[in-house]
Amino acid sequence: MTYNLNYFQFNEFSILINWPENIDENILQDIINYKNNIENNYFKQKVEAISAYNSLLIVYNNTIDNINDRFNELKALYYSENTVKNTNPLIWKIPVCYDAKFGIDLEQFSKEKKLSKTNVISLHSDPVYTVYFIGFLPGFLYLGGLSDKLFLDRKITPNLNVKKGSVAIGGQQTGIYPQDSPGGWHVIGNSPIQLFNANNTQPCVIKPGDKVKFIPVAKQEYDEILDLVNNSNYQLKPFSTNA
Amino acid sequence: MLKVIKSGFYTSIQDCGRFGYRVYGVPVSGSMDLYSSQFANTVIGNSRNDAVLEITMTGPKLEFLKPTVIAISGADISPTLNEKPIKMDSIITVQVDDVINFGALRKGIRAYLAIKGGFRSNKVLESRSMYNGITSSNRIQDYDKLVYESYINEHRELNATVKYDRSIIETDTLEVFKGPEFNRMSKELRTQIINSDYKIYKLNNRMAYQFMPLFKNDLKQILTSPVLPGTVQLTPSGQLIVLMRDCQTTGGYPRILQLSNNAINILSQKTEDNCLKIRLKEF
Repeated sequence: MTYNLNYFQFNEFSILINWPENIDENILQDIINYKNNIENNYFKQKVEAISAYNSLLIVYNNTIDNINDRFNELKALYYSENTVKNTNPLIWKIPVCYDAKFGIDLEQFSKEKKLSKTNVISLHSDPVYTVYFIGFLPGFLYLGGLSDKLFLDRKITPNLNVKKGSVAIGGQQTGIYPQDSPGGWHVIGNSPIQLFNANNTQPCVIKPGDKVKFIPVAKQEYDEILDLVNNSNYQLKPFSTNA
Repeated sequence: MLKVIKSGFYTSIQDCGRFGYRVYGVPVSGSMDLYSSQFANTVIGNSRNDAVLEITMTGPKLEFLKPTVIAISGADISPTLNEKPIKMDSIITVQVDDVINFGALRKGIRAYLAIKGGFRSNKVLESRSMYNGITSSNRIQDYDKLVYESYINEHRELNATVKYDRSIIETDTLEVFKGPEFNRMSKELRTQIINSDYKIYKLNNRMAYQFMPLFKNDLKQILTSPVLPGTVQLTPSGQLIVLMRDCQTTGGYPRILQLSNNAINILSQKTEDNCLKIRLKEF
């Protein structure tokens, strides 16, 4: 399936490509295929390709001289054969402790949603989420697949310091804060794993198109994993969907 | 080594920033006024990407523990060497125990101190640009020691042959392109935005500048999409937010305008209450 794409020169170095404004796994796959084509088949020069829900930003490392040439090159790549083999998405199992110590908003959240805490936890940890892209903070995953039973508007007044590892719900989205940060989402738990490490050449191992599954763990297991993480002995392991 | 006796208001190590890590949500960072930092580097024969000190409004006091040459460009913060005034945009030879200090802020707000061979702090993700969560600190601190290679200047001090373009500091007009959501504004709103006189609000830093006045609007938020340094967002409460070098990689507010790369340099030399105009430009 192909989409009617819009090509837009964003600044002296960049082109923004837009898909229809929807959150949709077919669009995500189309963006990933196109991005792979651009990165692997054409450019000898250094180029950055940054994706989001329905857009792909191409940043060249020098000024664009002839925009129409660039548009035509990119358009040809969209319709060219996809030379990158589609691999099955990886599933990352992410331990989350929903203990009241971490899930500081869980009590209030359950009241507002008229659900038991156990219900909230199972509704949150049952689905397999899709990673759409990384943005907002280094290593912050934009996930799709939150149960509509858990949709709740963001807080009117954001927290000035949401702790690193916080697992939270905001609007129709859920996510994990990779570092301490201000934020307006409802914190329901915490994950001991490190989603982002600036000292690695690939600072975040989870990619757009991958899947994420939250695994509820008790406080004791959380502490054990955190110890391993702090001693750099914890390896986040992916599972292939065809395994 | 360079001994930091006083760090100043906000002094950080910057180069041209991180290229290739935005897919992980890592901001580009780098010198806010890339023109002036690259100019200072050029004056002393460095490569454009060598790490410099970005000095904001109140300068640091620095003692050199090795001989070298330096150049200072951008904002004029009355720099002195051993208490004698020194020229901007020129090769300055420094000896062991020499002290650089700064005084009154005359024009612009960000000065760049380039040192022969560049500062040799650790690279993180291929760049030395300081940013919270990526490097261990977002700015230099009192008593820090900054690493550089010693260099003996064997040439007589010459004036630089390149000329600094003062318009970076003097001009108050920003060239902008239409942003991706420009056409979602009503015709009236577009006209208002293009022709308005702007004043910089107190919220202005390496991440973003906010402009006054406010513009009543009913633009819908967009699905979170990439943004760039220089992207101008219009919020539901009517604020214009101009993203700068440390900005997030994605955002959900309509992107109504995009500053030219040079306009980002110009804006980087402005601060609270400075007045600005914008001029719409085609590529």
